Amino acid sequence: MNGAERGPALHAVAGPGGASALEPPPRVWWGPLGRIERVWLMAGLIWALVMFAMMWIWPHVGHQNTPIESYRMAPADFKAAAEAFIKEHQVGEEFGVPVVEPEPGGEVYLEAMAYQWRPILRLKRGETYRLYVSSTDLQHGFSIQPLNLNFQVLPGYVYVIELTPQQTGEYAVVCNEYCGVGHHLMSGRLIVVD
Amino acid sequence: MASSSVVATRTPAPAGPAADFRTCPVTGLAVHRPAETLIITNAVTAVVFLAFGGLLALLIGLTRWPAVHLLPAELFYRFVTAHGTTMLVFWILFFEVAGLYFGSAVLLNARLVTPRAGWIAYALMLAGALVTEAAMLTGEANVMVTAYPPLKGHPAFYLGLIVFTVGALVAVGVFFATVLRARAEGLVKTSLPLVTYAFLAAAVLAVFTLVSGALALIPTFLWSMGWLPSVDPAVYRLLFWGFGHGSQQVNLAAMVGVWYALASLTVGARPLHEGLSRLAFFLYVAFIQLGSIHHLLVDPGLGTSNRIMNTSYFMYLATVGSMIHAFSIPSAVEVAQRERGHHRGLFTWLRKAPWSEPGFAALALSLLWFGFVGGVTGVIMGQMQLNMLVHNTLFVPGHFHSTVVAGTTVAFMGIAYYLLPLIGQRPLAFPGLARWQPYIYSLGLAVLTGSMMAAGKLGVPRRLWDITYQQAAIPVTVFEDPRVQLLLAGVGIGAVVAVLGGAMFVAVMLGTLFSHRTTTRVGAGLRIALPPATPPVTTPPITGGSDPEEPGSEQGRKAQGPAASMGPAGQAAGAGRAAALQPGDPGARAEAPGTVVLVFAFLAWFVLMYVVAWSNLHKAWPVG
Repeated sequence: MNGAERGPALHAVAGPGGASALEPPPRVWWGPLGRIERVWLMAGLIWALVMFAMMWIWPHVGHQNTPIESYRMAPADFKAAAEAFIKEHQVGEEFGVPVVEPEPGGEVYLEAMAYQWRPILRLKRGETYRLYVSSTDLQHGFSIQPLNLNFQVLPGYVYVIELTPQQTGEYAVVCNEYCGVGHHLMSGRLIVVD
Repeated sequence: MASSSVVATRTPAPAGPAADFRTCPVTGLAVHRPAETLIITNAVTAVVFLAFGGLLALLIGLTRWPAVHLLPAELFYRFVTAHGTTMLVFWILFFEVAGLYFGSAVLLNARLVTPRAGWIAYALMLAGALVTEAAMLTGEANVMVTAYPPLKGHPAFYLGLIVFTVGALVAVGVFFATVLRARAEGLVKTSLPLVTYAFLAAAVLAVFTLVSGALALIPTFLWSMGWLPSVDPAVYRLLFWGFGHGSQQVNLAAMVGVWYALASLTVGARPLHEGLSRLAFFLYVAFIQLGSIHHLLVDPGLGTSNRIMNTSYFMYLATVGSMIHAFSIPSAVEVAQRERGHHRGLFTWLRKAPWSEPGFAALALSLLWFGFVGGVTGVIMGQMQLNMLVHNTLFVPGHFHSTVVAGTTVAFMGIAYYLLPLIGQRPLAFPGLARWQPYIYSLGLAVLTGSMMAAGKLGVPRRLWDITYQQAAIPVTVFEDPRVQLLLAGVGIGAVVAVLGGAMFVAVMLGTLFSHRTTTRVGAGLRIALPPATPPVTTPPITGGSDPEEPGSEQGRKAQGPAASMGPAGQAAGAGRAAALQPGDPGARAEAPGTVVLVFAFLAWFVLMYVVAWSNLHKAWPVG
């Protein structure tokens, strides 16, 4: 059929179901909800509350929580502190990068810069370390693989990440925030020993 | 019909010269011609950017596929920047501006207030987009779409984005003015149509978003010019994500509006409860922007209360909004389908849906992938602790390709199949391509996003040229895992298929635009199932079985003129509706048992994914 002569189609047809979404609704569109709509709305609200509560609950039942401690520090100052730390704890060198072995439970400095993580860390399994992570140039992403723990690293901000290694072995530290054309060269290492 | 029926006559012709208007033969809407030109121009510009961004997507996908590894590093990063900016900013916003003009002027039978401002907006947006593209494509701004300082791009990159943003704000202003004037002139008899209401929500979100973008980008531009000594990276991230994720919330509201529109157009669906659907949009406006801070969950600098309140409590209220839509759209489709006679069993309505209609296919695929994959992963990633497991991995682009591409872009493509023929008054070109396009595109995206997310779970970083770290200072062998290699091949293959699907869409759009055929049957090839023009009279309700409107049946297709549902079948369907549903009967609304099964299956899936995520986190080392 040729609809050219047919007139307006966008009429509001009231009754259950109301009008099409493309036309003005009936004058009164705020009637009571049907039973199943109420049930679904309640299910959604309860589920939202469960998800909300989980973030408060996890610090009490789990051991993986987002670090929140951070300090402001000029990149140059952080670099100096990291160098002092390396000098004090260096035990060797691999791939031209210093290897450090901080005392168990101690503080650890990790410097991100285009395109390297410095130094290589040797940590003891089961001990908790305070990692002071910052960048001395651009934004970087601190990513421990294959563990897949990931944090954002900003210049001017020192992030304190408390970490307790659970398994021995060699872990890769990569950058997962784009930091320039050598981004795919930026690597580091974390060694966990008994 | 019962006495509660309101059958509005078409709104009176708006004030002003009648020559400015034409009457759409299919919908009966009064279309303001200057608005029509602006809609076509913005939509076509959007499609051109989509085509360009798709080409970049192909090159990027083929580079991340390790066996192909097409581009050199510098070009890869350059094209990732250009792809992200072209798609997330230019394609989507030009299309949304077209949507805003359509939702205001066309749906309200109104005059677009100051088309001249619309053209100024268009000129600013286009100029800004071209300047930014030039900066990116000449390699002067390989900074990614996020452009995090202190990484510095050419000032033209920031300036172009700022000019584009100002243009978009002007367009949003034209939309608000048009809606307000339509109300003032009495063109809106009751409330705004739901689709316009959705676009209104999107426009309100857009104002917040664009202002936040300006606050992030203007100081950064001044810094890139050397006029400001520095930009604080943490403050930039806060402001940028008000824009960066905020704009995705604009897309969300617009996409859901498009879902309602597609459900109405393709099966004549009417929301079961206007109030509930409107409440859901209100929840977006009120809460979702605060959730944007979830990008900062593993940043230094934010306190716990801030993280928990903004990223969860408020975000979850917006999630409830999405869950409302997840119910109200399928249920509206189900009720409409049952009224058409497909009322046997739980899912006959779904099986007999017009799957060969690109608008319906796009609706269903967009709803499915956005809900089950994009939405669920987004909410889980937004959980404070869980975010540590995926931050900046390939999981993140996997997530947003399933929301912004498999969700928003698919929905926008679906509505474009109606917008361009009806507004452009041309028959849809290559209907065969159009029929298959949503499936091929979505299949490619399913492979792409699934592979990305799985690779992200294995720790593969996003935005990374070379997974082998061959020239790195310290060797990285962790990604030699064969699963990683396979999944990255999936990223490449998925990208190729999706780009093929995207090219089909572009072909249909450009073919339609440049079609010289003029016809009054502009809806030919499209199923347009608007409600009947007159209240149905006494015709016995259809009681199941096949009906002549069956999609795919050649007879049914031929029987469908531009206003198919106004034919006898449509009237009968209307009568069926009247007979089946007693006004005022509270049970009448709940006649969507199939949807009830679907939404609770969805909730079960959501809970399952959530539990899996926590169990994965539990396996990680203690951290805090």
